[in-house]
Amino acid sequence: MTTDPLPPGLTRNSRLDRWVEMRTDGVVEVRTGKVEIGQGITSALAQIAAEELDVDYARIRMIPADTGRSPNEGVTAGSRSTMDGGGALRQACAEVRDAFLQAAARRLNAGVDELFVRDGTIHRKASNESATYWELSAEVDLSRDADGRVAPKRADQLTLVGKSLPRLDLPDKVAGAGVYVHDLELPGMLHGRVVRPPSYRAVLDAFDGKRIETMPGVRAVVRDGRFLGVVAAREEQAVAAAAALAKGAVWHEAEDLPDVDAIPAFLRSRPSKAKILSEKGVPKQAGAHAVSASYSRPFLAHASIGPACAVARVQSGAIEVWCQSQSIHPTRLDIAKTLGVAPDTITVRHVQGAGCYGHNAADDAALDAVLLARAVEGHPVRLQWSHEDELAWSPFGPAMVVAMEGAVDDAGRIVDWRHELWSNPHIARPGLQESPSLLAAWHLDQPFAQPPGIDALPGIQPTSERNAVPIYDFPNQRVVLNALERLPVRTGTLRAIGGFLNTYAIECFMDELAHAAGVDPVELRLNHLSDERAIAVIKAARERSGLASRSRHDGSGGDGSRGMGLGFARYSNEAAYAAVVVEVEAGATINVVRAVAAVDCGRTINPDGVRNQVEGGIVQAVSWVLKEQVRFDRTRITTRTWDDYPILRFSEAPPVEVSIIDRPDEPSLGVGEAVAGPVAAAIANAVFDAIGVRVRDLPLTRERMLAAINDA
Amino acid sequence: MTQSIELNINGARSVVTADPGTPLIYVLRNDLKLKGTRFGCGAGVCGCCTVLLDGRGIQSCNTPVSAAQGREITTIEGLGGKAGTHPLQQAFVDEQAGQCGYCLTGVVMGAAALLGRNPSPTEAEIRSELDIHLCRCGAYDRILRAIRRASEMISKRGE
Ligand code: FES
Ligand code: FES
Repeated sequence: MTTDPLPPGLTRNSRLDRWVEMRTDGVVEVRTGKVEIGQGITSALAQIAAEELDVDYARIRMIPADTGRSPNEGVTAGSRSTMDGGGALRQACAEVRDAFLQAAARRLNAGVDELFVRDGTIHRKASNESATYWELSAEVDLSRDADGRVAPKRADQLTLVGKSLPRLDLPDKVAGAGVYVHDLELPGMLHGRVVRPPSYRAVLDAFDGKRIETMPGVRAVVRDGRFLGVVAAREEQAVAAAAALAKGAVWHEAEDLPDVDAIPAFLRSRPSKAKILSEKGVPKQAGAHAVSASYSRPFLAHASIGPACAVARVQSGAIEVWCQSQSIHPTRLDIAKTLGVAPDTITVRHVQGAGCYGHNAADDAALDAVLLARAVEGHPVRLQWSHEDELAWSPFGPAMVVAMEGAVDDAGRIVDWRHELWSNPHIARPGLQESPSLLAAWHLDQPFAQPPGIDALPGIQPTSERNAVPIYDFPNQRVVLNALERLPVRTGTLRAIGGFLNTYAIECFMDELAHAAGVDPVELRLNHLSDERAIAVIKAARERSGLASRSRHDGSGGDGSRGMGLGFARYSNEAAYAAVVVEVEAGATINVVRAVAAVDCGRTINPDGVRNQVEGGIVQAVSWVLKEQVRFDRTRITTRTWDDYPILRFSEAPPVEVSIIDRPDEPSLGVGEAVAGPVAAAIANAVFDAIGVRVRDLPLTRERMLAAINDA
Repeated sequence: MTQSIELNINGARSVVTADPGTPLIYVLRNDLKLKGTRFGCGAGVCGCCTVLLDGRGIQSCNTPVSAAQGREITTIEGLGGKAGTHPLQQAFVDEQAGQCGYCLTGVVMGAAALLGRNPSPTEAEIRSELDIHLCRCGAYDRILRAIRRASEMISKRGE
């Protein structure tokens, strides 16, 4: 028997009882280190577990992750949950099922090949003898390591995977159950609020804590350096005390932010280290049409609909935290570092928060709650950020610039391709660097330095350069990353990371080259692709959208206001393939009328789940492209409310159609981030198709469109 | 100053002790433990905290509890009445409308206010009535389908 190497998540957490517990009452408890951040991952994992164990989906109870018992699977991020977590859980469940089969064989005095399982009951073929998982659970020892000797099901044996099972969490959510960390209620719980400095490097000169202490309900006023907070009996009292505290605090601030309207120039002027990502061939520009263009995106906010929240209790040296972190184990490490205590004095439990699209304020809130809870020993403190701080103090997706140069000959062959990008490191998550990566740690009286950030981690693709090396077959290409040091604006990973702008640039530039050569932009793509799966999604999106019936997409194809465009990528060149066609109505303002996507994410666990994520990803990317930009003056972040930082609304959301190309024999690939870049390029290309105008700096605002129309 | 305030919530009488200026949302969530009303912006512009006041949708984050005195308050927990589940809630599950779900209870309440007035709204009416409700996960399309489905369920029931 061959033994395949175990999936990495299982090698690190190999004991089977860490993953599955067969309860005697017929409930199957499944633990994973992956956490629900709104994407439906726990339901997809439940589906995988039910499949491998041969039990009904409804029997599965997914246990929220905590640092005490759950497998340590690092961070739930980067569309890797189904790829990594799914593989580990699948193998663990296959081994658990086998352990039960062995036990049943002993009990029934039968050979394993005489047995089959139906919803947790093991039947002996051609007899009415049976035994259930729940009866056998006492005699099956799962406190052993996975050994890889049992293979999970083959594609043709799957019965649940591939079906659109409903999400487990949705009924409670629409019923209004208290499922979020915001809803926790613990005995003796108090309410906390933090008062942030007005700007990143503001220094606190004076504040009047005494007056605040006498306000109604106030139980503690906390000051440690420039970390300020209050704890009160009632939530509105904490809000009022925090407002008073903010009003009475005197700060001095520095003008140390760049010009928000000249970010591309700012990025290009920063000291940087060049890294050649790909270099091959010799450009043959003679006789070809040369094109150059530069694309940028601004700082983008996560802009979660609900503010970050956490609950903490400090009692006799033991610290408990409930939070919405994507990385409970690493976050625990950084909290321990900040406080100078041993990590094992801290327990961190995951409870769901509002939608999470990358490294947001979830971890910061966990430390904030602990710092406040220390002031009221024994009382749990529920700490909630204000919406304003959520928009202004969370890490932003970093601004980036890409400069493209290329040439295409008359035969439509791309003979030169150069892609140069400027980006700071995207990764600033906790637990990875010497200094804690938690906001409050940098504000304490004995502050920790804000760590420099990381661009690459072992086992995952470097972040800035995702999708920079084209998936297209170009004979001559040069791709360079100019790696910048940390920027004066706080940044972290945001959905699709560097892949968003790199894809936007590449996919716009393909259309620009096509226009220069007078060829069809979709054909230009197909002519430079050999990856069959890439070709298949592009053709599917073209056909389903009706783009196929149009002959030219060069600024004259539209009717002067309506146009269509396509964008494509395989996210990070290793995850899902996605092609998106959008139709726009363009003038000074752009209205996305509809979007059609075709995706290939390998074996589809849950088609409706994939569709849901793709739809959401498209709507969010439309929002980024048309509306979003973090703004600041030379001192402060000024986008602090939904009025300053508008996102796509109901009246603006396009209908979205998603088709899935299922590949049951290929590994499942994450899909959460796959469409962002393609959508952005598809919009810009559709605008060009409609009115022959192209704005390359995101977002495509009315002012920029007007300027471009006037220049045209 | 705190005082005793009598409220009519989900068909039952409740008495709470709070400052009359307290935003209704804190009374619902913290005093009455009705956690289904979610806090989003606190400024009346995202729709997360929507509840019904005498059948009309209002934002509970910027409505003082005193303004709700003597009126009928309906929260997501009471929306389904005796049946437990309102057609809107059923339709949202049927359409799998939502991702993180944080915005959903507010959206459902906003839609309930609309369907209460106009059981068969057009798509344009739904979009414009619900324009205050932000969904960062981008589930608008499904939400729209769910509301249409609920509207059909309600009209069928009425026939
Ligand atoms: S929380 Fe009330 S409208 Fe946003
Ligand atoms: S489902 Fe997450 S905000 Fe609407």
